Amino acid sequence: MAVTAVQPRAFPGHRAPSRRSALFGGLCLCCLPTLGRAAESFAMEEVGPGIFMRKGLIADATPENADAIANIGFIIGKNSVLVTESGGSLADGAWLRGEIVKRTQKPITHVVLTHVHPDHAFGAGAFLQDKPVFIGHAKLTEALSARGEFYRKRLIDLLGEEQTGPVVYPTMTVADTAEVDLGDRRLTFTAHGPAHTTSDLSMIDSGSGLLFPADLLFVTRIPSLDGSLRGWLKETERLKAMGASRAVPGHGPVSVDLAPALADLTGYLTALRDGTRAAIAKDVPIEKAVDSVARDQRDKWALFDTYNGRNVTVAYQELEWE
Amino acid sequence: MTFRIGQTLSSLALGLALATTALTPAVWAAGASDTDQERAARWQEIAKSIFGDRQIAPTDSLVKIDAPVRALDAALVPITLTMPNDGQIKAVSLIIDDNPAPYAAKFEFGPAADPTELKLRVRVNNYTDMHAVVETQDGKLYEAKQFVKASGGCSAPMGMSDEEAMKGMGDMRMKFAETGPGKPVEATLMVRHPNFSGMQMNQVSRDYTPARYIDKLTVSAGDQTVFTLTGDISIASNPVINFAFKPDGKPIQVAASDNQGGRWQHSFNPPAPTN
Repeated sequence: MAVTAVQPRAFPGHRAPSRRSALFGGLCLCCLPTLGRAAESFAMEEVGPGIFMRKGLIADATPENADAIANIGFIIGKNSVLVTESGGSLADGAWLRGEIVKRTQKPITHVVLTHVHPDHAFGAGAFLQDKPVFIGHAKLTEALSARGEFYRKRLIDLLGEEQTGPVVYPTMTVADTAEVDLGDRRLTFTAHGPAHTTSDLSMIDSGSGLLFPADLLFVTRIPSLDGSLRGWLKETERLKAMGASRAVPGHGPVSVDLAPALADLTGYLTALRDGTRAAIAKDVPIEKAVDSVARDQRDKWALFDTYNGRNVTVAYQELEWE
Repeated sequence: MTFRIGQTLSSLALGLALATTALTPAVWAAGASDTDQERAARWQEIAKSIFGDRQIAPTDSLVKIDAPVRALDAALVPITLTMPNDGQIKAVSLIIDDNPAPYAAKFEFGPAADPTELKLRVRVNNYTDMHAVVETQDGKLYEAKQFVKASGGCSAPMGMSDEEAMKGMGDMRMKFAETGPGKPVEATLMVRHPNFSGMQMNQVSRDYTPARYIDKLTVSAGDQTVFTLTGDISIASNPVINFAFKPDGKPIQVAASDNQGGRWQHSFNPPAPTN
């Protein structure tokens, strides 16, 4: 039975230093032994009845962490299991699948692909064997066809082919809203307009009342903008109106009070919007704006220095045509 | 080796990002580890293909390149070219040595130009030297160089469908900075155009979106040319060019064409100079 076949370690097959890690030189060798350990230190937290989440690392993908940086998890319903987020790589997804079969023998019938980004999409390959319904935004197929292979190549460069896995496309797409019934609870999906990306899908669980906004809600980790800044601000209003008080963010703690978390997110996005608009109005060029916009948010977010400049670049291109 | 792992791989995490600052080891192996000697040899070859056997002397006064040492977004790398405004600069070329089509842009200046500061946004596909070569009125060539760290800028898929990216193609805007009477006017030209590189692939159809880029763009002040740009796939989508011109009260005309026969013309009225 699968329960015993799944190794407790997240990323089995710790590779000997390869060409890739050799390229990283001494910088990398020191962390290689943590490959297994880092994974073992992950724990599933039960954030609601039958809802188990793993907190992603507040870090970027590295060969050592197998891109396990997003909050991923599953819901055990009366009849079957739904995976809320698949993971950042085949290895990450396989680890999650292991956590599921440790807890239940119910079939895995649904896997949600919340948006196009690799840290959320590449775990899906680990669930192909279960033949689940892969649920995604109506625009996800298009987004994955444009970028999936590109992301995959980059992940392979980082993790190797065997840990990366295939690009998995949705088999059930949501253009507006949709529902899935797990027997004792209904999950309601909402397809959002361009925001964090152009393929953001949120979900509400009727059993717990929890909202799963995926990357429409970042906590602790700086939001990354890859869709539409104005759209994202609009969609935060929609999230607020959904009536949930607790939410499971795509990054950060696995369960938060929705209102203050949304307020922080909106605070950043508003600073980004207003600062970028002001820069454009004052003819501050993009190369200077990246160092000046939203600086007052710096102490509030992890990885600010890595992502803020890029967010400004994206926002600038959107807002300069206003 | 100076880069940190976290920084290097940042893009993988959350987005298109990937395309951008991320220097993946494979790309790095392909070009980033080249020695200065290898880079210089490659430049010799490229320079010969563009300028033939003409001598190119180094300069630190006739042209200067400013570019981020590490690009935040490889599909949009802002470049500033600085040149003297004393009438001796006839043209400037920007060459991104390790891009698939290295010759990114050539600006030929007309009588209404003030070449003091010229800005454009480019794609950078690899760790690369970037060269600016100016031609002076007496036909001599001078070069300046800067090294830029970025990867994937040419092949990075755009964040939208081709159809979406082509919406409003040919629309233009121009912004003018305030200036005093008799002084050159700084202007920003924005052009809606995807500038498809031909290297962006649709994975379902397995087709590459055909290259479609602005290949010629002329800006004139009245009857006088400011500059003529010859462009290529290395120019970022929705091109934005900052330049300066000598106003004579007449409208600014922009005529652009792309390699697939698209033609667009727009006229803009610069503001009257204020004291």
